[in-house]
Amino acid sequence: MDLDALYQDIILDHYKHPRNYGPIASEEVLMDEENPLCGDHIRLTAAVKDGVVQSVRFDGKGCAISMASSSMMTESVIDKPIEEARGVIRSFLASMRGDHPMDPEQAGDLIALEGVKKYPLRIKCATLGWHAIETALQKIAPHQ
Amino acid sequence: MSECCICKKCLGVTGDEGQGFDVAKIRQDFPILNRRIHQDKPLAYLDNAATTQKPSVVVCALCDYYQICNANVHRSLHLLADEATQHFEEARRRVVKFIHAHSEREVIYTRGTTESINLAAYSWGRRHIQAGDEIILTEMEHHSNLVPWQILAKERNAVLRFIPVLEDGTLDLEAYRRLLNPKVKLVGVVHISNVLGTVNPIQEIIADAHRAGALVLVDGAQSVPHMPIDVQALDCDFLAFSGHKMMAPTGVGVLYGKESVLEIMDPFMGGGEMINKVTLEGSTWADLPLKFEAGTPHISGAIGLGAAVNYLMGIGMEQVEKYEQELTHYALQKLTPIPGLKIYGRAPERSGAISFILDDVHPHDLAQFVDQAGVAIRAGHMCAQPLMRKLGVPAVSRASLYIYNLPCEIDQLVDAILEAKEYFSHGS
Repeated sequence: MDLDALYQDIILDHYKHPRNYGPIASEEVLMDEENPLCGDHIRLTAAVKDGVVQSVRFDGKGCAISMASSSMMTESVIDKPIEEARGVIRSFLASMRGDHPMDPEQAGDLIALEGVKKYPLRIKCATLGWHAIETALQKIAPHQ
Repeated sequence: MSECCICKKCLGVTGDEGQGFDVAKIRQDFPILNRRIHQDKPLAYLDNAATTQKPSVVVCALCDYYQICNANVHRSLHLLADEATQHFEEARRRVVKFIHAHSEREVIYTRGTTESINLAAYSWGRRHIQAGDEIILTEMEHHSNLVPWQILAKERNAVLRFIPVLEDGTLDLEAYRRLLNPKVKLVGVVHISNVLGTVNPIQEIIADAHRAGALVLVDGAQSVPHMPIDVQALDCDFLAFSGHKMMAPTGVGVLYGKESVLEIMDPFMGGGEMINKVTLEGSTWADLPLKFEAGTPHISGAIGLGAAVNYLMGIGMEQVEKYEQELTHYALQKLTPIPGLKIYGRAPERSGAISFILDDVHPHDLAQFVDQAGVAIRAGHMCAQPLMRKLGVPAVSRASLYIYNLPCEIDQLVDAILEAKEYFSHGS
C-alpha cells in the first residue's frame, strides 16, 4: 500500500515503543505543546549538563507520526553538545519545511520521516516534538 | 454513476418504497461522486458535516449568473442588474419557503453560520445584554456558537452558563430548567451536534426559554440541510445556517430572525446597500433585510443557495430525513460490533454524524489510512474543544452522511477500519 512510505516500520516501531517516553511530573514540564488542529499534545522535559544534552523525556498523546517523530527526536539530541543538538533540530525542521532534503549520512533513522513531506497536512504532526525541544533548550540555555 | 449504486445490498436498503426516490438517480447529479482515487478506488465521500458536494444544477446556476446576467444587485438600472437582482431575491424567497419564515424581511444573507451568529451577538447582543445578564449555551456547541458569546459576555460583564451533556450525548434538560431565571436574556443551542449527532429537543428548549422571558438562537448548521424546518412552528427567534453544508457554494449562509426582533437591532456592518439616507453627519438604515447586508453581497452564492434549496425541495426534506435515518441505522449497525471501536453519542434521536475512536489507532492515522481506501472522513476536535475535553479524548474520527451516500460506502469504511486495525497492530 502507498501508505508504507508514510508509516515505515521504523516509524510504527517508535510509535508503539516510544523511546524516552513516560509520565512527567508537572513541576518538571518545560514545554507543553499542542497542535490545535488535531488535539495532539505532548509535554517535554530536558536536562543539560556541562553543555551536553543529558536527557530528554516526553509524554502525551498523538498520532503515530507525532509520537514516532518525538521519540526519534529524543534519540537525535541526547548526548549531543547543545549547539550540535540545535543544529540537528534546525536541519530537521528546515527539511520538513522543504528547504532541503535530508542528508542520508547524517539523518540516520530520521530519513524515515522524509515520507511525511508527501502529506503536507501531516508535517505539523512530525514537527510537534521538535518545536517543543527547540523552545525547551532555549529555556534551559538561552542561545547567545 | 458509481458501480455500487446498482449492487443488490444497496437496492435492498435504499429501496423503492420512497415513492420515486432513487439514490442512483440522485448520484448522477453529482459527477464528483464518480471519481476514483488512490489506485482506482471508488470515492466514498463521508465528510458531509464538514461540507457537502454540489449537484450540477447548483454549479450551473453559478455559471449562468456569471455568463448571462452578471451585474451588481439593488443598484444599477439596466437589464442585467435587473435580472441579477431578480435571481438574487428569488433565491431569498425560496429560502423563506424552505424554512417557513414569515417573509423575506426575516432572511438575511451572510457568509455562513459563523457570520450569522456573530451578527446576532453583535447587533442584538450589544443592544440588549447588560452587566450581570446571563446567556445559556450548551456544552456541545461548535466554537461558532460559543466564541462570539464569550466575546460579548466579556465586553458586557455578562455571564455564560452551560447546559451539561449527559453520558448518552443528550442534554440535561432538568439542569437547563434550573438554569433559567429572569436574568437569562438568550439561550443559544445547537439543533444537531456536529460531533455527537444528537438531535436536541429544541421545541421544548425554546418554549421553556420563552416562558422565562429569554430569546433563543438555534444553530441549524447540521439540521437545516437534513430535515424539514419550520421556524414558525419552532418559534425560534434566530436560526443560523450555512449554504455549503446543504449543496450550495461556500461563502453564503443565512440568519433568520423574527421581524420584531430584527427591527430593534442595530446594523452589523456599515457601508453600501444597508443605508437609506447618508449625509456627512449621519445615516439612516435601509429596511429589512438589507439593513444587515452591507456591501456587495455574494450574489452568485445566494443564487446557488436558491438552486440548492430548489433541488432539496424537489427531493422533499421528509424524504431526505427518512433516507438518512435508514442509512444512519445501517452505519451504526455495522460500526458498533467492530472490536475496540467506541462511538460517541448514543442519543435516541440522532442524525448521520457519527464520531468514534478506534483503540490504539489515532484518529489522524485512521483518517489517513481510510483515505487510501477511497473513504473521506474527518479527524480532529471538530471545532468543539470543550466537548472533546468532556468526552476525555483529544480528537475523534467522524463519518457523516448525506442523501447521496450508499450502504456500500459504509461497508467500504468498515472494511478500511478493519484493515487499519490490522495494519497498526502488526506494523506494515
